[in-house]
Amino acid sequence: MTTAQIIFLVVAAVTLASAFMVVTTRNLIHAALWLVATLFGVAVTYALLDAGFLAVVQVVVYIGAIAILFIFAVMLTRKEMRDQGPQLNSGWWISALLAVLTFGGLVGMLWGWRGMDTLASEMPVGFDSINALGDALISPNAFVLPFEVASVLLLAALVGAVYVAFNPRSGDSRK
Amino acid sequence: MDFLKDPLKLAADWLIGLMTGWGMPEGVATGVAAFLGIFVLIAILMVIDIFLVWLERKVVARFQDRIGPNRLGPFGLIQPFADIIKLLIKEDITPANADKVVYNLAPMLSMMSVLILWAIIPLAPNILGVDLNVAALYIVATGAIGTLSIIMAGWSSNNKFALLGAFRQVAVMVSFEIPMVASLLIPTILSGSMGMNAITRAQYPLPFFILSPLAALIFLIAAIAELGRAPFDMGEAESELISGYNVEYSGMKFGMFYAGELLHAFTFGGFWGILFFGGYGLFGLEKLPALAFLDNVYINMLTLIVKAVIGYWIIMWVKYTMMRIRIDHMLAFNWKFLTPLSFALLIVTALVHALAKDASPWVYGLSMFLSNLVLGWIVVEFLRRYSRAEREKVEGPAKPAMEAAGH
Repeated sequence: MTTAQIIFLVVAAVTLASAFMVVTTRNLIHAALWLVATLFGVAVTYALLDAGFLAVVQVVVYIGAIAILFIFAVMLTRKEMRDQGPQLNSGWWISALLAVLTFGGLVGMLWGWRGMDTLASEMPVGFDSINALGDALISPNAFVLPFEVASVLLLAALVGAVYVAFNPRSGDSRK
Repeated sequence: MDFLKDPLKLAADWLIGLMTGWGMPEGVATGVAAFLGIFVLIAILMVIDIFLVWLERKVVARFQDRIGPNRLGPFGLIQPFADIIKLLIKEDITPANADKVVYNLAPMLSMMSVLILWAIIPLAPNILGVDLNVAALYIVATGAIGTLSIIMAGWSSNNKFALLGAFRQVAVMVSFEIPMVASLLIPTILSGSMGMNAITRAQYPLPFFILSPLAALIFLIAAIAELGRAPFDMGEAESELISGYNVEYSGMKFGMFYAGELLHAFTFGGFWGILFFGGYGLFGLEKLPALAFLDNVYINMLTLIVKAVIGYWIIMWVKYTMMRIRIDHMLAFNWKFLTPLSFALLIVTALVHALAKDASPWVYGLSMFLSNLVLGWIVVEFLRRYSRAEREKVEGPAKPAMEAAGH
């Protein structure tokens, strides 16, 4: 076993264990902190795959924005931060079914994939993946259309959030 | 000559040779050498940190017309060591009902978020941890870990003031991250890379504070807010919140937050130097034939350290001469002023870059500088009109006599 494989197995085990803790711990803040550990594990996996840009963006977006937002939401909406309510609601079997189906679908898809036991080709020396990614995002032959559609979607979400937060009765947003 | 050109590689090769000579496999030896390198770097940073405490106390004393530490040793230099011994032998108190694991993890994460920044700082072309091609984003990512440590400290202390301080601090940090990202993108546009080494090299002959003075200013403001120092020290605000998110911490755990903050300020002084003032370069002086002896690794390291200290001094200067801004003013300043300005600057810079990138460096530099100047003038003019309109709302229309009197 190579060093990279050992590191990958350790990281994967930590990621899975903290993902398990996210759904089993009773304290919501602890769940959010375990989620941070899970997301960090995913970022380390990206880094191990030489995808430095994705690793850093994973930390900036998921830990720096989304997880912090989760923690804020929990802190601002719960009076008591120690949750004692039931952990499951009546729809638990639907989500369990969906999770099993998704996992089964992924396994089925990867089962027939030949790439699993072949080595990836070495990257050429001096290859700058971030330049290639930037070119691909704005090249008409690659991903310019999905990129623009996603940005329009985000803009619409932004405008929608401002509209929801804006209180027309007070006339301006400053109370 | 290797000793003058690449001492880090020389030392690593010598160490690995020594360990393989003892019969260690080469892979393990490389790993051990890398760990030793990290250990030495962190040890040096911690020693620097001790002297930063002394420096900070000495500088604040001068700003407040005092002498500062002056009893222990020459110029009070032994004072920080006495402070550390005091912190170490203080009673370690954990509040009742505190969340023990999270409570103890927070100061470590806080210190860690500063230390890992040094992985990407190029002290010289080849004295650096790693030349990441996404270094500019890496700075923002470590900021995310710092934010997390503050909210963990505030929540786990089981104290209202700590929680309020953490809320306010995190609101400020999350907001000022946006102008910071935008101002980090400007050196990226100018140099065509996010790597710190490439950004440093692209600043010959013209450093980026000449090409984009507005970006340098926005980065400094956003960095001070990110550090949580005055005038943006919302998390601490000792007159309102006692000491904010770290009020329950005692002894060395408080010391970790405090030392982390000082080292963070020093580090951001360094980043200011790297991103806008040419990093380890001496503004092109070392390229002159008569001064070629300056182009060596040790002078490079010294240059960057001096730039970091100057940046740190400016951050202290701002801290000790400005009042704390009220939180709503601070957030309005960010969302209604700094964020739009930084995005406008980003668009203008990208446009000018696209138009002038094939021109000679001097034409390129001049057009960048002029576009910054025009944008700055528009901003100042807009602010003048806005503040006059606000004043007229309160005082009624300005009297011509007051105008003549210079108001």
